[in-house]
This record gives sequence, structure tokens and C-alpha cells, in this order.
Amino acid sequence: MPAAAVLSIRNASRTFGLRRALDGVSLDVHKGEMIALIGPSGSGKSTLLRSISALQPIDGGDGRIQAFGSPVQENGRISGSVGEVRKRIGFIFQQFNLVGRLSLFSNVALGSLGRIDRLRGTLGLWPAETKAAVMAALARVGVADYAGQRANTLSGGQQQRGAIARALVQRAKIVLADEPVASLDPVSARRVMEILRELNRQDGLTVVVTLHQVDYALRYCDRVVALKAGKVVYDGDTEGLDRARLIDIYGPEFEDVFWEGAPQ
Amino acid sequence: MTPPTAAEIPPPPSRSLAQRAPDILVWGGVILLLMISFKPVEMGHLVRLFSNSENMRQYGQELLRPDFAQLPLFIAQMWLTVQIALWGTVLAVILAIPFGLACARNVSPVWLQQPMRLLMNLLRSIPDLVIGTLFIVAVGLGPFAGVMALALNTGGVLAKLFSEAVESIDKGPVEGVRATGATRLQEIVWGVIPQVAPLWTSYALYRFESNSRSATVLGLIGAGGIGQLLFETMNAFDYNQLSAIVIVIVLAVTMIDMLSQAMRSRLL
Repeated sequence: MPAAAVLSIRNASRTFGLRRALDGVSLDVHKGEMIALIGPSGSGKSTLLRSISALQPIDGGDGRIQAFGSPVQENGRISGSVGEVRKRIGFIFQQFNLVGRLSLFSNVALGSLGRIDRLRGTLGLWPAETKAAVMAALARVGVADYAGQRANTLSGGQQQRGAIARALVQRAKIVLADEPVASLDPVSARRVMEILRELNRQDGLTVVVTLHQVDYALRYCDRVVALKAGKVVYDGDTEGLDRARLIDIYGPEFEDVFWEGAPQ
Repeated sequence: MTPPTAAEIPPPPSRSLAQRAPDILVWGGVILLLMISFKPVEMGHLVRLFSNSENMRQYGQELLRPDFAQLPLFIAQMWLTVQIALWGTVLAVILAIPFGLACARNVSPVWLQQPMRLLMNLLRSIPDLVIGTLFIVAVGLGPFAGVMALALNTGGVLAKLFSEAVESIDKGPVEGVRATGATRLQEIVWGVIPQVAPLWTSYALYRFESNSRSATVLGLIGAGGIGQLLFETMNAFDYNQLSAIVIVIVLAVTMIDMLSQAMRSRLL
């Protein structure tokens, strides 16, 4: 029996001008899944992920998004209690989105903002528990040595691992990763994917990750959801994603989305 | 690839009269304005600079012999002027942080933004000399009136500069903070302020430079400091002392400029 859905998306649409970035998307994500969201550029992957964290509103109408059974957005309105949901969802961005002039330590400590005293969080008076959690998280992703450095002096891979550490300090139950490896070199990219996989396997975190390279989706994820022009065109096991399906999703140039050669 | 024949090569681009009309209008308008304003500002008096050169020469001779007998007084008054500028600028920064954020399109809601912008425009549009005069009526002659005048005028200017800096930030880090479930205030403190801090500091230092000059001028209306002394000396026709005071001002303002520039270049 599948576990209860931690994320539930029903008939979500999003229009930019005349273009439909999302076109009636419905999706259930269960606890402990590791899902790859794939599709060509402009297929709505990022829009979908950003809508789940309410960084972007969806169109009005009957579309709705729920996380942990609480509404995130409904009828084009972001729920007033979205802060409570965001606390439990870690978000990893393609451009890392660390605050460049703050130290890596401070950036990761920001992960605790949702659960520590508001005033202390605003003033940066981190409790001992936060400090310990930050260093533990940094050590786990392998960048503890850089804790005192400004984030913008670090490499992309180091910054992205810092961003994952921030989600760990947040004690997120779900990690949404929007093209987490698109700006990284192959070695850093693999490291980041392995960390996400480990968090999924060992800590039981639910991970939804959008990817440009289908290799990574095949190697690290159990379930693949493919979007094309804002619609879900495939949702199933990684194994079911054969050549014919990929041509259907990406068109005849589908081989461009592999780094190490497409399956025959 | 064969080279194109002469008939295939398009002619160089040329601008039609309709495209040039705005340019002609703007430049023609500027020249017309200058011609209209020639008489009202008495530009015809330009020749007097030369016909009255004997007066200038005598005036200049006295200025060339500065009288530094009262130097300690000059320095004390100059120091007071710098202190006025310092307090004026610091109060302005304290005003400009909340107001600047409230004016920024990407941070503040429209209902707050528009009235705040209007209020800041108002503060900026009233010259500090006018605000100073008002405060002299309210709190009496002296440096405090100067401090208040600088604080309000500079507050308006800095609020605008601060809000423009906020509007040009990268929204990525702010979203990064938002995604942790932070409050709106925490988003600003952690996502916005670190990004604008160097620019804000630079603007504040620059305003401190120009306020040291403004504070001198404010002395002329009785707001204390070296300006007031300058005005009194001028009224007494003591050009030797006047010259010494001007030298003190120039040296002090140049030093502040250089110091503040050195600090600003390290920031950015």
C-alpha cells in the first residue's frame, strides 16, 4: 500500500501571457520517493516546482496544491499559512541562491529561521542548537572547512552543497531541487546528486528534482515525471523510459539530453 | 560562397527626417531656452569681469595675505561644522533605512510605496537652507537647527538612493531565504540588506562629504560652525581673516573627501 501523499497537485495551470507553462497538471508525491522531473526547456518543470513552494502563484480556477495535507495555494491565492509549509520544504536552486556577502555558516544557519525564536532569528543570535546543527550539516555534505568564508568566494559545487546543508538545518521533510546541477561541472554535479540520493535513502527525505540530463534521472531516481508543453506526458518507473518515449518527449534531437550517450 | 554583386549590397543605413525630428527638437529647444534666458540672468555683464578688474585686483591682494592669528578658533568652528554634518548624516541614514525600504517597488506594497515616495520627494525638494530657517525659528539659532536641516533633506535623498539600490538587487537570495519559511522582516534583514549594504554605506559616506560642504553654507543663516564665522568676517570686510577661513574650509573639506573616497573605494 502506498504511503499517504505528502504533496498533492490537482489540475494546476499557469499562464504567462498567451503561453501555458502548466496545463492542468495533477501529481501525487508519496513519502520517501525520489522523483525526477524532466522535459525540454520551457516545458514547465521549474514553474511546477516553484509553485509547490508558492514562490510563484498558479492561475485561478479549480487548481490547487497541498503539502502535508495543508493548502499551499488554491484558486490562484497563496495560502496565508504557507510559511508553516515552507518550513518543512527545503528548496535547492539552480543558482544556489545563497546570500553572497554572508559567510557559508550564516547562510546555512538561515535554515533554522522557521523554527527558532523570531527575534533571535532576525538579529542573527543563533542558539547553540542551531550552531551545532549547521556544523553537523556542513560536515555531512563535506564543506565544513569553508564555514567562515563568504559564500560568493566558494565554487558552484561548494555553494550548492551549502544550499543542501541549509535544507538539512531546516529539518525539511521534502527537498525540491530546481536544476540543482545545471550550473555545475560533472564532478560536482555527481557529488550533489549523490548527496540528494543519500538524504532520500538514509534520512527518508522525499526528493523532487528537475533535471536537464536524462542520465541523472535514470541513475538516481526511481520515478520519472516528464512534462511537455505544460502537460504530464509520462509518469512512471525509470525503467519504462525507453527510446521511443524519450523521442516523444524531447523530439528527434533527444540524444542532446544525455551526457554519456543515449540508450539504443 | 560567391561575393555579392554591387546590386545585392544594401546601401548604408540613413535616418529619415522623421527619425531625426526628436533630436532637432531637443537641441533646437535647448538653444532657444538659452537665448531666452540670456537677458534675465544678465549674461551681458560678462564684460564687467574685465572692466572692473582693478577692484578684483585689490580684493585679491588682501586675500593673498591670510591672517591666521585666530587659527585655533577657526579650527574649533570647522570641527563644529564637521560634527553638524556627522550628526545630520547619521540621523538621515536612520530615517532613510525604513523609508528607503518602504519606497522600494520589490519590497513594499503599493499602498505604502506611493505615499512614501511622495513624502520623500517633498523632503528632497525643500532646500536644506529653507528647512534650516524653519528650525531656527523653532529651536533657535545654533548647530541643532543645522543638524535637523541636514537630517531631513539628506534623509529624503538617501531614501531615494537606498530604494533604488534595493530595486536593483538579485531576487534569488531573497527567494532562498523565503524558502526556509522566514518572515517578511527576516527576508529583508537576511536577503536584502546584505546585498545593498556596500552601496548604502557608499551613498551615506558620499552624503557625509557633501554635507560637510552644506553645513558650512548653513552657518550663513545662523546654524553655527565655520559658516557663521565666515559670514560675520565677510560683513566686517576683514578679507585677510576671510582668506584664512576659506583656506581652513578648503583643506578640511578636501581631507574629508579624500578620506571618504578611500573608504568607499574599499567597499565596492
